[in-house]
Amino acid sequence: MTDFTLWDIVRNLLLAGRWTVVLSLIAFVGGAAVGLVLTLLRMGGFKPIRWLIRLYVDVFQGTPLLMQLFLAYFGAAALGFDVSAWTAASLALTLFTSAFLCDIWRGCVEAVPSGQWQASRVLGLNYLQSMRHVILPQALRLAVPPTVGFSVQVIKGTALASVIGFVELTKAGTMLNNAAFAPFTIFALVALGYFILCYPLSRYARYLEKRLYGAGIR
Amino acid sequence: MALVSVKDLHKSFGDLEVLKGIDLDIEPGEVVAVIGRSGSGKSTFLRCLNQLEQHDWGTIHLADQRLDGSAMSPGELSQNVGMVFQSFNLFPHKTVVENVMLAPVVVKQTPRAEARKIAEEVLDKVGMLEKVDAYPAQLSGGQQQRVAIARALAMDPKVLLCDEVTSALDPELVGEVLLVLESLAAEGMTLILVTHEMKFARDVSHRVVFMHQGRIHESGDPQTLFTQPKTPELSQFIASVL
Repeated sequence: MTDFTLWDIVRNLLLAGRWTVVLSLIAFVGGAAVGLVLTLLRMGGFKPIRWLIRLYVDVFQGTPLLMQLFLAYFGAAALGFDVSAWTAASLALTLFTSAFLCDIWRGCVEAVPSGQWQASRVLGLNYLQSMRHVILPQALRLAVPPTVGFSVQVIKGTALASVIGFVELTKAGTMLNNAAFAPFTIFALVALGYFILCYPLSRYARYLEKRLYGAGIR
Repeated sequence: MALVSVKDLHKSFGDLEVLKGIDLDIEPGEVVAVIGRSGSGKSTFLRCLNQLEQHDWGTIHLADQRLDGSAMSPGELSQNVGMVFQSFNLFPHKTVVENVMLAPVVVKQTPRAEARKIAEEVLDKVGMLEKVDAYPAQLSGGQQQRVAIARALAMDPKVLLCDEVTSALDPELVGEVLLVLESLAAEGMTLILVTHEMKFARDVSHRVVFMHQGRIHESGDPQTLFTQPKTPELSQFIASVL
């Protein structure tokens, strides 16, 4: 059998790590876009839409991400759609992320005191004008720390895409281990890879949170 | 012709009837102080006047125009009826001048330069011109409330509603806000104030309205009302607050 040097392992993990980063970005950007639309729709007045969005959020929060990936991959195949692991993973992670961000952001919008709504209403601003000029700028500031914090969950969530054959950091680790039989080294390196991606974000979220409360916005 | 004319106003929250038929006519330039115990319906009455609460029955006219129901859009309403809150409710992410300019620019579509001029005028009126670029968090409560008054005035309303505007202030800051209201009254602004400042009600208002259990129990000019209350409820109330 071939001998793997440590560098071989690291190099292969780094190459696969790119796809972890790309998948995380797709999930986060796509999830944020969908999540924003859902948040705005949910804050609007139309009851059936609010109810549907709540159901959507509950379903994605109440089921394991792994099942969502299976459904997106095998479920789509069973329905006759030919989806690649890429498409399935991107889709499932985007939906998963959007559901959580929608809920986080709804909380941030609701955390803006009701007096702000009343003041803008009394000044004659309509719903959209109040949202745009008064509520969202304040909600946005509240939203940054938990959003950055949640991005860490998205990165770690991409590891599950390995089970549908998507070759990212975790899958690459498994494949390397099958060839090199050095589980401790390899999976320690895989874990280190996630840590290097996640730790700066966690720190940044903590810093933002401190700065927010330090500024005395609430 | 009354500027504000309220007829048979009723409002319930669930089973609780808060307003049980209010009739009130207010002349242009009149300063009306609404007093009464908490729970007597005075704040709800005020909030019905600018439709922050929808009443269940009755009508509100402003000059000749119907104001209630959906007769006026929020935009139109804001140019007729201004409001100042107990908790100021300034926009914390905007500077003083941006707070004041927002509604003229967004609602009235006033060009920014002109809105800035209006903002400076009204801020000068409340003595806050030197703080145009400060953020609300950098101001004292009294200063914030004066900015809130300027913000309402920037829409050039015909009536200004004041909902316990000094109740959240430290005692030493109450005076500066009352002084601003007094100068507005002297200029002929129509004011409807829900207040716990009996001295202010007595000295500045033209008429005092005593609300009790959702009705106007007694009303009249402040001197008579405070010195010769007709009903035991009002004498009791006066005794408890003075």
